[in-house]
Amino acid sequence: MNRGGSSPSAAANYLLCTNCRKVLRKDKRIRVSQPLTRGPSAFIPEKEVVQANTVDERTNFLVEEYSTSGRLDNITQVMSLHTQYLESFLRSQFYMLRMDGPLPLPHRHYIAIMAAARHQCSYLINMHVDEFLKTGGNAEWLNGLEYVPQRLKNLNEINKLLAHRPWLITKEHIQKLVKTGENNWSLPELVHAVVLLAHYHALASFVFGSGINPERDPEISNGFRLISVNNFCVCDLANDNNIENASLTGSNFGIVDSLSELEALMERMKRLQEEREDEEASQEEMTTRFEKEKKESLFVVSGDTFHSFPHSDFEDDMIITSDVSRYIEDPGFGYEDFARRGEEHLPTFRAQDYTWENHGFSLVNRLYSDIGHLLDEKFRMVYNLTYNTMATHEDVDTTMLRRALFNYVHCMFGIRYDDYDYGEVNQLLERSLKVYIKTVTCYPERTTKRMYDSYWRQFKHSEKVHVNLLLMEARMQAELLYALRAITRHLT
Amino acid sequence: MEKMSRVTTALSGSALTGRTMHCHLDAPANAISVCRDAAQVVVAGRSIFKIYAIEEERFVEKLNLRVGRKPSLNLSCADVVWHQMDESLLATAATNGVVVTWNLGRPSRNKQDQLFTEHKRTVNKVCFHPTEAHVLLSGSQDGFMKCFDLRRKDSVSTFSGQSESVRDVQFSIRDYFTFASTFENGNVQLWDIRRPDRCERMFTAHNGPVFCCDWHPEDRGWLATGGRDKMVKVWDMTTHRAKEVHCVQTIASVARVKWRPECRHHLATCSMMVDHNIYVWDVRRPFVPAAMFEEHRDVTTGIAWRHPHDPSFLLSGSKDSTLCQHLFRDASQPVERANPEGLCYGLFGDLAFAAKESLVAVESGRKPYTGDRRHPIFFKKKVDPAAPFAGLASSALSVFEMEPGSGSMSWFVDTAERYALAGRPLAELCDHNAKVARELGRNQVAQTWTMLRIIYCSPGLVPGTNLSHSVGKGSSCGLPLMNSFNLKDVAPGLGSETRLDRSKGDTRSDTVLLDSSATLITNEDNEETEGSDVPADYLLCDVEGEDDELYLLDPEHTHSEEPEYVLPQEAFPLRHEIVDTPPGPEHLQDKADSPHVSGSEADAASLVPVDSSFSLISVSHALYDSRLPPDFFSALVCDMLRFYAEQGDVQMAVSVLVVLGERVRKDIDEQTQEHWYTSYIDLLQRFCLWNVSNQVVKLSTSRAISCLNQASTTLHVNCSHCKRPMSSRGWVCDRCHRCASMCAVCHHVVKGLFVWCQGCSHGGHLQHIMKWLEGSSHCPAGCGHLCEYS
Repeated sequence: MNRGGSSPSAAANYLLCTNCRKVLRKDKRIRVSQPLTRGPSAFIPEKEVVQANTVDERTNFLVEEYSTSGRLDNITQVMSLHTQYLESFLRSQFYMLRMDGPLPLPHRHYIAIMAAARHQCSYLINMHVDEFLKTGGNAEWLNGLEYVPQRLKNLNEINKLLAHRPWLITKEHIQKLVKTGENNWSLPELVHAVVLLAHYHALASFVFGSGINPERDPEISNGFRLISVNNFCVCDLANDNNIENASLTGSNFGIVDSLSELEALMERMKRLQEEREDEEASQEEMTTRFEKEKKESLFVVSGDTFHSFPHSDFEDDMIITSDVSRYIEDPGFGYEDFARRGEEHLPTFRAQDYTWENHGFSLVNRLYSDIGHLLDEKFRMVYNLTYNTMATHEDVDTTMLRRALFNYVHCMFGIRYDDYDYGEVNQLLERSLKVYIKTVTCYPERTTKRMYDSYWRQFKHSEKVHVNLLLMEARMQAELLYALRAITRHLT
Repeated sequence: MEKMSRVTTALSGSALTGRTMHCHLDAPANAISVCRDAAQVVVAGRSIFKIYAIEEERFVEKLNLRVGRKPSLNLSCADVVWHQMDESLLATAATNGVVVTWNLGRPSRNKQDQLFTEHKRTVNKVCFHPTEAHVLLSGSQDGFMKCFDLRRKDSVSTFSGQSESVRDVQFSIRDYFTFASTFENGNVQLWDIRRPDRCERMFTAHNGPVFCCDWHPEDRGWLATGGRDKMVKVWDMTTHRAKEVHCVQTIASVARVKWRPECRHHLATCSMMVDHNIYVWDVRRPFVPAAMFEEHRDVTTGIAWRHPHDPSFLLSGSKDSTLCQHLFRDASQPVERANPEGLCYGLFGDLAFAAKESLVAVESGRKPYTGDRRHPIFFKKKVDPAAPFAGLASSALSVFEMEPGSGSMSWFVDTAERYALAGRPLAELCDHNAKVARELGRNQVAQTWTMLRIIYCSPGLVPGTNLSHSVGKGSSCGLPLMNSFNLKDVAPGLGSETRLDRSKGDTRSDTVLLDSSATLITNEDNEETEGSDVPADYLLCDVEGEDDELYLLDPEHTHSEEPEYVLPQEAFPLRHEIVDTPPGPEHLQDKADSPHVSGSEADAASLVPVDSSFSLISVSHALYDSRLPPDFFSALVCDMLRFYAEQGDVQMAVSVLVVLGERVRKDIDEQTQEHWYTSYIDLLQRFCLWNVSNQVVKLSTSRAISCLNQASTTLHVNCSHCKRPMSSRGWVCDRCHRCASMCAVCHHVVKGLFVWCQGCSHGGHLQHIMKWLEGSSHCPAGCGHLCEYS
């Protein structure tokens, strides 16, 4: 205790001798450049979020209660635009990270790191590197997958599939993991891991989709500055078109355009609602519509990829990969369209045959008690969340829109609802939105501010955050459904 | 009998016949329904819709209702129902929200009759009115229920559940206008078909979705519901508030529930996930299913009783693509496999023991056994809680109570507290411990300590009293000696029947001498088997045939002459003379070892005489030839320790082990020692003798034991500001970034020992506070409190 007494004024706060700080922690962090914009999100003006925050005592309480880091991080700040949802989110996240569960605490964070690494989400990785060390994790593991026990390493395969092509998960994968042996997983452990993986894949979507800025480290103000690496981080990538976009959205013609856009959307919604009874599409028609949506999602991004990813960007991508890739194997593995040309035989996942409510819940809850209820509440919450507003309009029933978003995400993962007319998706979701959805759910790391800005220009930021929440939860549910179905098949 | 006749009338003279059988379907089934005539069953699924005839030996496909080249989603059925009035009428609920009716009377190949596309989401359930020919009800994922009149093109009325999806709808069988609906949010609603505006009644039945419900076929007000929370509940709806009358806990979410015909309290359930079996429950016995059908390899999706008045045929469809007919008599009955035996210790040492009655009956031939030291024994037969299941599984319950005081372990506590285990010369320790034991009236133990002292310390120091004591002991040895000779003579004749004799009890009265030795044997026996249920077993058979009574069993040997009865321990000193016997010929020594090692009763019984016969020689040697090297005795001492341990007095074993330390340690294998230590520590901790237990742990030489003190030495601290646990370091909080404990003297963070005043809660480094309080009596923080440091 005889160190660090040099600045008596700081005694009121606290004294930390330098060697008490884990120097190591900073080494393991992935270096990030300072964000260009202030505030929690690069996409959303700071005042939007902050304003909402100051009013909200509830958020602070929730953070107090459920946050693992003990501070109001940027994700929470952005999510606090929807306090109702935030509560379920934080509760379930807290439960899977901190409460009773089959996996030891450091493992949970390591799994989170592995999941986030699939999408090169440095924000989440840094966060969990901290937490990993704080919970007593072995610092050596942070050197990469080669340093972790074989058992955790075995999770890599399922992590990869779950993140990018969950429909490929079969009961053989499960069997391989639970097969008795030295490094086998018990089913409860596996379910815990799967829930964590799905949660963090989906959360990575949210982070990129909402342009979450890196945390401003309290240490920085203490004079420790992180070396910023120019144009290195993905978040920068997300910020690339900052100025250009500002001018775009600000221009008059944009507003006019988007106003009519909004009107048109509302008009379509109304028409759909009325038309329902009259127009009876044949079954074949319905099937074709689903297939069409599925296929169309193919082209949705491929065109855009060229546009927003000039060659130089891809190079950046590679550099990032090298830094993050120590947590993953096979970094080249990415989303591949469910309905790839020439590969038609992949069976569609019939939602009615394996639903979250009937099947997924029971299995999860059986093997990892109580998480089922929390996830159930979260899914229900996000699906039913509405303020009955659309941009400037009030008293709008947005059920249709929410359902379209949710089902469109599932559609891209090959999950089909018998009772849904996929023609609706086409009518309700404009192309720029589809691009955004596809990017956020399938390649979140490629999301740019332009994409975020280009759809629903008239809508409020909080509404766009709501969209992100829907996408995130839909994605998580899709991943869980595939993984749990494989586990069920393994069990029978 | 009356019911049987009713069945036959209902079946119009022809009783159902058939066997347990199954047939393969082409695709997984989602639901099944039986025709009124009990001869046909319809199976519906995502890609199957067929009617099968149920024949004597097999199922025969009668009709495929999936016609047309292109598969239509209208045919992807979530549910199917056969009209109970009209044999040609069927209805299906499709996953795309369409309700379809089918008329088997149509001449064309396509039997589709009407198509209702009013629901926006998947229809979960369809239900025909039990008596009205044209009324059909549907419940959908969109939260609406619709009532259709088949004579019209669209729905007659729509009921809004004001909630998420409807999982089940069922017309009441008795009340013409009533139907029940269950919801995803756990609610059950009761509707009047004439009043679509609001439900008659609503209550929360389950936590989570209610997947199914079924009205009792006879009891007007009874509704069974099954939910995702793995419960089946039976509600009495006749009262003002729905009252839960029964509750069955299953092992998986309940997908379907169906009352069993003609059996008032039986219902069948199947699960949606994980569990593939079908159970038939008696709701009054909610823990063990009455019957279980295990034919399916994947989850069962539909169940139906074949005939509304025949309780023995159950049909089921499953995701494993099979259709099964189960015969009730072929069902497996888990009750039969249940283990109705149980043994439990009460808080105060009482012992309760339940065993199958049949088991008790088998052993009733055995004679009473009363060698137990716990004198009063209460025995009672519990009134059978499963009266309606008589013969299935019932067990007799016996309770043995401890005599107040007899179960008292105060001697254990006293001994543990007062024994000295280290810190003094061996002789002093032995003397001290002997004294303690004597004061507690445990002469035998005291004796042992004294002997240990004689063995391991120089003989010149032996005080006179001790000597005389052992002499006295030695003389008392004469009795068992004679005894043993007596017995020895008889032994060949008795052979392996020693045990039998003992339990018969009549040989006991032959001679007093023989009797006392027999008591000795039985006592030992009892000690050796303590903890197992054998003694309890004996006790049970004691009182066979006298049920329903709670009475006191008099211990049989109430001979007033017997000193063993008053002081049961007195039986043991006989054995203890062995301790100071010089070993006899090697082979005999080996023999003497065997009872302790094997613990087998027969061995012990036959070998005791052999032991005692040597005690005669032993006494004389011990007194006059005590200059033998202590090593000479170590085998015996080890024996003695084992003996104590096996007697249950692990305290003695461990204490001696600790006191003697190196002298005997090497002669007992590590594992045994460890075992003793752990049992003793466990005992000590049960009596909250933490200090003693720690001392023992500390003094133990076994690695496995001494590391016990090193486990879980972490002390978790919470931050004094935000009250959160401080996970990484003990002095700074990660959440509020403050240091939890500051020294009031030097104003630095305290990372090590922190002392604080309980009066003003200020504190700091131990050294600093000590120094401060030497010079001042006030709190260093300046709060004015007069702190004390002691």
